[in-house]
Amino acid sequence: MNIHEYQGKEILRKYGVAVPNGKVAFSPDEAVKVAKELGSNVTVVKAQIHAGGRGKAGGVKIAKNLDEVRAYAKELLGKILVTHQTGPEGKEVKRLYIEEGSDIQKEYYLSLVLDRATSRVTMMGSEEGGMDIEEVAASNPEKIFKEVVDPVVGLTGFQARRMAFNMNIPANLVGKAVKLMLGLYQAFIDKDASIVEINPLVITGQGEVLALDAKFNFDANALYRHKDIVELRDFDEEDPKEIEASKYDLSYISLDGNIGCMVNGAGLAMATMDTISYYGGSPANFLDVGGGATAEKVTEAFKIILSDPHVKGIFVNIFGGIMKCNIIAEGVVTAAKEIGLAVPLVVRLEGTNVELGKEILNASGLNIVAADSMADGAQKIVGLVG
Amino acid sequence: MAVFIDKDTKVIVQGITGETALFHTKQMLDYGTKIVAGVTPGKGGLEIEGVPVFNTVVEAVAATGATTSVIYVPAPFAADAILEAVDAELELTICITEHIPVLDMVKVKRYMEGKKTRLVGPNCPGVITADECKIGIMPGYIHTKGHVGVVSRSGTLTYEAVHQLTQAGIGQTTAVGIGGDPVNGTNFIDVLEAFNNDTETYAVVMIGEIGGTAEEEAAEWIKANMTKPVVGFIGGQTAPPGKRMGHAGAIISGGKGTAAEKIKAMNAAGIEVAETPSVIGETLIKVIKEKGLYEKCKTH
Repeated sequence: MNIHEYQGKEILRKYGVAVPNGKVAFSPDEAVKVAKELGSNVTVVKAQIHAGGRGKAGGVKIAKNLDEVRAYAKELLGKILVTHQTGPEGKEVKRLYIEEGSDIQKEYYLSLVLDRATSRVTMMGSEEGGMDIEEVAASNPEKIFKEVVDPVVGLTGFQARRMAFNMNIPANLVGKAVKLMLGLYQAFIDKDASIVEINPLVITGQGEVLALDAKFNFDANALYRHKDIVELRDFDEEDPKEIEASKYDLSYISLDGNIGCMVNGAGLAMATMDTISYYGGSPANFLDVGGGATAEKVTEAFKIILSDPHVKGIFVNIFGGIMKCNIIAEGVVTAAKEIGLAVPLVVRLEGTNVELGKEILNASGLNIVAADSMADGAQKIVGLVG
Repeated sequence: MAVFIDKDTKVIVQGITGETALFHTKQMLDYGTKIVAGVTPGKGGLEIEGVPVFNTVVEAVAATGATTSVIYVPAPFAADAILEAVDAELELTICITEHIPVLDMVKVKRYMEGKKTRLVGPNCPGVITADECKIGIMPGYIHTKGHVGVVSRSGTLTYEAVHQLTQAGIGQTTAVGIGGDPVNGTNFIDVLEAFNNDTETYAVVMIGEIGGTAEEEAAEWIKANMTKPVVGFIGGQTAPPGKRMGHAGAIISGGKGTAAEKIKAMNAAGIEVAETPSVIGETLIKVIKEKGLYEKCKTH
């Protein structure tokens, strides 16, 4: 789960990480009110969307007076911002962050991320902060420094100091940088984050070390123990079908094609998409109903697939292990009867309770095309959709 | 012979009184697995499907001599269940549970360093040695005893591959689902090494998916060490890149982790990679025919 920059900075403040003063605004009037309260010479008006690359896309404006704050707020609110991380459709700006300007002397990069290769949280830092950090990582990997954290002791003082020196933070500011890093690590652990990224981290003319941006991503599996984080979820930033799916613990991702897919297991779901593509079709979604699905969940999954107007056919591909085929069959039949089935449906069932499942489908009287294998099913649905 | 488990393996079911565990305990018993004990705190003294239930893993081990456990405990408590299995010095614990918070697993993995227990999973279908011992949630009937080892990150894709092999008359030694979580216990290389040392295994199917670099590392290991033919498949070849925030994910993976990168690394190590998941079986047969192993692998 992602959150906005201003929400991330609220969390950071609680952990003693220095961030510039600022507040969220939902209208030009509010933006001006916040800017007045801040009373700084320069005010930054920042579009709040769940994507990086806002600066390059024109989503960050520097205002020299309150009139400019109002003008920029008007310009940005309602604007569709297209960055290299939003996809071509872009994202509508509905919230702004109004922040006091900082006297930036130098920009750095700092992040914490779970590294699969070491099974540890890893801190990464670089002197080359700013917008092109991925290019730096590709062309000059030696300029990205890493500190692997042992969970027994957490991020240690010496590691933070070593990182600060490696990043060439001026010696008189290393203490402040270390305090920031330790706070950042504690926030990461306490809130079950999977990524925290500060880009840029800056030093100012006043000798401060500040987090000028904050990107947080949280482990969805740990949200059950973080009610405060769940409350920060912004439904405007998510696909409505994905929101509906998440209510039922279904893993659903919208895609551009016209063949709806319902599969158990992420690996098989991806392989099913691969197979549909191989036979010339195009999947409308990724949908993993998971292991512990009930007939009700399967029914909801089916409804979500059918709510996509682009769907011209559905392929259900189930290899039951923990998931029982009869549960899938019951769910499919209930949903198809409840909402009517106007598009072709191909079903391939195999695995636990497969005979029971096939009986339920046969007895339903629904027009279901049975498939013997994944390839057979993919070919059949591609043929039916045309 | 086979790897990790066989007909004599004595198994404890952790979380045996849960609905999923009950269903699969029965399935495992029907398959012939020696389930000797269950553990559910507070339910000690009960008997389920003829299996005695204990309050702690240590008690269950002391009473039965079990060496292996399988975990069906709900996600918020599953990491603790793994720690309990490790503390009881089991040889093997297989964690089926999905959705365990990843930072819990980071701690578990650290705790396990230097301990004797092998962890398979979490978020995996389990391990099965055909006709001998089934530990996990995989449908037993698709497996046939034979000479091909299967290792996979994806549960349902493992079933797919095994099913194809059985239908084509190629039996299996052991199928190991290592799970798809970012932090897990046993990795591809551990299983490949076991298959390499197993006299009954003549060839191996390895199924990966996009994300992480485990397949790339396994490919390197195969190139340097593996004496038996390996065929592969990578799921997610057509998955669009996810919408993302920030750069940290891309930097840490160093541009690796895509299907194309993985297939390239596997091909470079001499691994034939199936073009679609439907031809995993066919691809294996082609390769074992080339190596003159087909007659030895054909079981029915």
